[in-house]
Amino acid sequence: MAVCVAVIAKENYPLYIRSVPTENELKFHYMVHTSLDVVDEKISALGKALVDQRELYLGLLYPTEDHKVYGYVTNSKVKFVMVVDASNTALRDNEIRSMFRKLHNSYTDVMCNPFYNPGDRIQSRAFDSMVTSMMIQVC
Amino acid sequence: MADEALFLLLHNEMVSGVYKSAEQGEVENGRCITKLENMGFRVGQGLIERFTKDTARFKDELDIMKFICKDFWTTVFKKQIDNLRTNHQGIYVLQDNKFRLLTQMSAGKQYLEHASKYLAFTCGLIRGGLSNLGIKSIVTAEVSSMACKFQVMIQKL
Repeated sequence: MAVCVAVIAKENYPLYIRSVPTENELKFHYMVHTSLDVVDEKISALGKALVDQRELYLGLLYPTEDHKVYGYVTNSKVKFVMVVDASNTALRDNEIRSMFRKLHNSYTDVMCNPFYNPGDRIQSRAFDSMVTSMMIQVC
Repeated sequence: MADEALFLLLHNEMVSGVYKSAEQGEVENGRCITKLENMGFRVGQGLIERFTKDTARFKDELDIMKFICKDFWTTVFKKQIDNLRTNHQGIYVLQDNKFRLLTQMSAGKQYLEHASKYLAFTCGLIRGGLSNLGIKSIVTAEVSSMACKFQVMIQKL
């Protein structure tokens, strides 16, 4: 279950960012912003040895004391960043991958919507409900 | 694409529709062609997003052009590009010997002049796909009785 989900366009501005409302949202925005540097480093051609260059899923970007940040880049250079709670150790790599797949599928649907202009903020309700299902349920 | 005849007919109607809706006094074809090309651009962006969802990341520009020639063209037109040429300096020529959208037209010379209207949408399609993959380009097309050639000029920023 994610704590914060963000979709960043290829020019590095956010198309969609949503976090669990109880905590300080600015802290998550800042974390997503700093993780963009790590994403750029991973997709650049220089860091050949570290990551399999052909994969879309980037894996763990960096861990902090309470959170872990995961990244995923599409072929159109749109980045998905997800922040999860570090105490949730039951969350496995496969689950994170499947969450990113769902995000990618929903993003593709938004892109194919003729009323959506690429580069605008994402305001689709279907996308919103998919992200809600992935975030921690706060009662 | 379940039935290619559907897209063919829709495309023909689209071209004649855009031309009919242009004002009476507007003799120049430039604006209609631009409209068709922009339509193709937006469609290309969405299509590319869907097609590249599961493929691995592209290594370089040539890889992207090859993808367009093989997978993209096959999914849209049910065949591959017959010939891809490049000068390795940003110009690519894609040659299709039997372009699906034009096969129904006879090859007489008077029809060839108007063929550019029917190629505008596809030029936009290629341009939109490339732009979503991060490549700014200009795509033009020319048709001869044998084949259609799409020329892609990559703009290096």
